[in-house]
Amino acid sequence: MTYFILRRTLGFIGTLFAVSIVVFATMNILPGDPAMSILGLEATEDALAALREDLGLNAPVHIRYVEWITGAFVGDFGTSHSFRVPVSELIGERLGMTISLAVAGMLLTLVLALSLGIFAASKHRQIGDWGVMFLSQLGIAVPAFWLSILLVLLFAVKLRWLPPGGFAGWDDPVAAMRSLILPTVALALVQSSVLARVTRSSALEVMRQDFTRTARASGLSQRRILWRHVLPNALVPIVTIVGMQFAALVTGTIVIENVFYLPGLGRLIFQSISNRDLPTVQALVMLFAAIVVTANFIVDLLYVVIDPRLKARQ
Amino acid sequence: MTRLPANFLLGAVLVSLMVGLAALSLVWTPHDPTALDIRNKFADPSMTNWLGTDKLGRDVVSQLMLGARNSMTVALVAVLMGGSIGVVLGLLAAGIGGWVEDLVMRLADLSFAFPALLFAIMLAAVFGPSLSNAVFAIAFINIPIFARVTRASANQIWTRDYVMAARAAGMGTFAISRDHILPNIAAAIIVQATIEFAVAILAEAALSYLGLGAQPPAASWGRMLSEAQTLMYLAPELAIYPGLCIVAAVLGFGLLGDGLRDITDPRLVRER
Repeated sequence: MTYFILRRTLGFIGTLFAVSIVVFATMNILPGDPAMSILGLEATEDALAALREDLGLNAPVHIRYVEWITGAFVGDFGTSHSFRVPVSELIGERLGMTISLAVAGMLLTLVLALSLGIFAASKHRQIGDWGVMFLSQLGIAVPAFWLSILLVLLFAVKLRWLPPGGFAGWDDPVAAMRSLILPTVALALVQSSVLARVTRSSALEVMRQDFTRTARASGLSQRRILWRHVLPNALVPIVTIVGMQFAALVTGTIVIENVFYLPGLGRLIFQSISNRDLPTVQALVMLFAAIVVTANFIVDLLYVVIDPRLKARQ
Repeated sequence: MTRLPANFLLGAVLVSLMVGLAALSLVWTPHDPTALDIRNKFADPSMTNWLGTDKLGRDVVSQLMLGARNSMTVALVAVLMGGSIGVVLGLLAAGIGGWVEDLVMRLADLSFAFPALLFAIMLAAVFGPSLSNAVFAIAFINIPIFARVTRASANQIWTRDYVMAARAAGMGTFAISRDHILPNIAAAIIVQATIEFAVAILAEAALSYLGLGAQPPAASWGRMLSEAQTLMYLAPELAIYPGLCIVAAVLGFGLLGDGLRDITDPRLVRER
């Protein structure tokens, strides 16, 4: 088990390292002059030279990479051109929004997907099963941003129950929660479509096994069998998909924040693209990729907790 | 001949409808999709404009048809590009094995850290947003997907007797990959391509919606939705039609892919 964890940790560090090289290379080695793209085609040669110096573009690429990555380690991502403040400050102000959205979305996804998946499996080949499967097939095909627009049309434009977008800050917690309801639901509905299917097929697999039959034969209630015996044994494939979905969820927040005009990292990334603010984009892409890689790493570690066969192996 | 699965049939109908609309738009649309007619803006559905007009008086049906063409073209180019690179890498990995296989698989693992959106964001930051960048980003995420599927299926074929016979007869790795492996895994690749087609349509719509794909005045379902979103209180129905088209296309290719898999590989039919 220690060997397993050690190997995965090394792999995780290696992947993060490789990811940082890919991000840096894409943003720095690809043809194109960042100074030119920031200042525009009409910029004077002097201004371009000054900005290149300012950006540290005159140093060799590998030196710039080392400077960037060592800075990133201690949370220093350089200075944003457009906001004229450290990138880390920009990220710090907005990280809370994105994390709240992602965590709330993940929780709602889990609740919806596990209950619907287990429900469908318990009603196998009955109308409830078909209903869940039909809805989830539809949910996979619906783009999250369109679902958001539909939710806004219904709950903000027509019924006027919830705000159509924007976020006024946490000073008024009730108003803040209200502005996060639609984004969270939009994020979770699409994600849970995939997860509900996996939960269902994984649960069906377990329900066919002998110990489930034994549990049923010994008179346990259906509910107890499903939640105490079937679900825990069905978890391994579910956790794999959850890890992959967390990645989709985090990039999903980029889309959703832009649909609902929420001041998180996803909005920041788009503001930075239109401002040609390369250091900020580079830091954010690295951050999002790192979150994806970390989520997969955590899933790997969770296997040890969930799958006793791995725990026993030395 | 056994009965065709329902998902295949429904998928085929939806796909024919969408591909048909896209093909028809090459030769005919009810109106010029980019022709402005400001006096006739936000027109209700009528005999002349079947689904009405948008904020600039452009015909919605004509724009949706152009959007279908845009969607299909992007998905086709991206899946073909990413798919062919991925298939070649997968064949190499399975055929040569050893460090080549390790390298290809490690790279495939690595690329999963970059969802299409992140990749498109990087390209847009460096080169400015454009439809071709969106195509590249979608093609890029397809490479590891096809490399994995190809390698996994190819490895199975490599253990077959007829492949060993070919090898014993002196055929080289590349010739075997081309003449024996590829034809035998073609079905799995086609199934994957159909499913990835659906994913690509979804990705193009999202990227264009966010402004990282099709640029104005090009018609794209995603762009139509982002325009419609700003006019939700004025013309809510404009935010409905493009979304329905996206769902129909994605659902169609997804079902068609599932159906093809059920037909080509009956062992894989999961409990339904």
